[in-house]
Amino acid sequence: MSTVFIALQANEDTRPIIDAIVQDNPAAIVNREPAMVKIDVPGSMTIKRETIEEHIGRAYDLQELQINLITLSGNVDEDEDSFTLRWNS
Amino acid sequence: MDMQVAKKKLSLKEKYKLLTRDLGWDTTYHTKDEVFPYVQYEGIKIHDWDKWEDPFRLTMDSYWKYQAEKERKFYAIIDAHAQNNGHLNITDARYLSALKIFLQAISPGEYAAGKGFARMGREFPGVGTQVACQMQSIDEIRHAQTQIHALSNYNKFYNGFHAFADARDRMWYCTLPRSFFDDALSAGPFEFMIAIGFSFEYVLTNLLFVPFMSGAAYNGDMATVTFGFSAQSDEARHMTLGLECIKFMLEQDPANLPIVQGWIDKWFWRGFRLLGVVGTMMDYMLPKRVMSWREAWNIYGVENGGALFRDLARYGIRPPKGWDDAEKGIDHMSHQFMLALYQYNFGTAFHSWIPSEDEMEWLSKKYPDTFDKYYRPRWAHLSKLKAAGTPFANMGLAKLCQTCQIPTVFTEPDDPTSLCQRETEYKGEKYHFCSDGCQHIFENEPEKYIQAWLPMQQLFQAPINGDLGAWMSWVSLIPGKDNGDFDGSEDERNFAAWRQQATSNQ
Repeated sequence: MSTVFIALQANEDTRPIIDAIVQDNPAAIVNREPAMVKIDVPGSMTIKRETIEEHIGRAYDLQELQINLITLSGNVDEDEDSFTLRWNS
Repeated sequence: MDMQVAKKKLSLKEKYKLLTRDLGWDTTYHTKDEVFPYVQYEGIKIHDWDKWEDPFRLTMDSYWKYQAEKERKFYAIIDAHAQNNGHLNITDARYLSALKIFLQAISPGEYAAGKGFARMGREFPGVGTQVACQMQSIDEIRHAQTQIHALSNYNKFYNGFHAFADARDRMWYCTLPRSFFDDALSAGPFEFMIAIGFSFEYVLTNLLFVPFMSGAAYNGDMATVTFGFSAQSDEARHMTLGLECIKFMLEQDPANLPIVQGWIDKWFWRGFRLLGVVGTMMDYMLPKRVMSWREAWNIYGVENGGALFRDLARYGIRPPKGWDDAEKGIDHMSHQFMLALYQYNFGTAFHSWIPSEDEMEWLSKKYPDTFDKYYRPRWAHLSKLKAAGTPFANMGLAKLCQTCQIPTVFTEPDDPTSLCQRETEYKGEKYHFCSDGCQHIFENEPEKYIQAWLPMQQLFQAPINGDLGAWMSWVSLIPGKDNGDFDGSEDERNFAAWRQQATSNQ
């Protein structure tokens, strides 16, 4: 199965977001590299607004991800509640 | 009594619809074909432009909000870098060569991409596409500006940064990215999207920005890691635009498949050749290495590129034609490129060097099948010549590939001991190539590539007429300062002296 990934800057904004991603995607592998964190998941990854909000304790707009996003892989689908990456193979 | 009903917030999908498609209109004074004259001639058939959708559903209001936030973060760090002698915190002044190459060869490419997307935003009839291209155009200009700003602080202290715009136009190693972007900009709008949006952004920029920028962080360069990651946060959107564009073409009409596949073959190879220089920066120019070019290729080329082409197989797309030759070149190209840069370093506006024993150990571990066998002996020989006071300089002019414009320094895919050279005769003239990939690209569009501006040929024309000194002033290279071996350079002396001052009271 192909792997999707997302890489975020390593900083205080992303720490709770990474925790939320790991919580929602139990198969996630977290790679901590200099200044960045790359999260790999086989097949598909879903990032949920609600889980991020639980971790950061405030309302969150998923488009805020843009600020600390470094790169991603997979077909993107985004609405106000979730952000999904998926390979169709 | 009126009931106050809370105004319903628009969903992302509704907002996207209102702020993109609903802003479009059908023309009445002129026909659509007159307004969008360039979308037919490449042969791509589009039946319904409304099927195009940006999966991020980013609208201009959100775009400005998030970009402004990125800029504030960026300039806060750039100020801190300048205020705190950030230029002395890098691991080693050799690292500056990677930054000089970046500024001379890569930042102008960002600007070129900005021009290209501005044009595509005008030439495509679909509103979703127009908006996405417009955002990308602004992004690319932002990248060029932030890179120039970030690196201008180094220009206050070190050589080789002062004339990047002249280098972009005239320097031999800069014509490699320049010809790549000129080729894309002079193509039709759909080919441009495959060239930059798909091949460059999706398949290749991860290799350019991610491991290299992580390497900048490892080497204490706060300025570069900041512009790198700030740019890369836009690239995620660009990659997605590239991927959506290719899926859109393939879904609109099955007749588009062979045209699209031809462009993927062409632009993968052109991009791969362009990234040879990035591999060299990663393997040789980061004093503290984060990963080898080979390791980066395995993650972002083999694994991620492989996933992408498996995904696109449902449309009939196969991996690019040069894929296997690329794989065969990975363990050789950075070594061959660095050896070439070293022997022509009288003509580069950055320094190169012979790797230290410790670095050769690292290279040999990362390239167990190739480094000790083919490349360590050459470095050892160059070291011996240097120790004897007769350092090697290759004063002949390199033969350039007519397509990618790199000197023909790479070897045969299946024989690393013989140089790969190809030749095509066209209208009574001979043209040279570095590879089958570049030869095929030429043979598909010879009338385009016979017009290439080649820097070595230029040296013999007016105003240079073969005079090396005149050439140096024409490319704004200051001999003895900008060029040559790092060992003994002004950059080396200054960095050591200033760092010493910064850590003592002498």
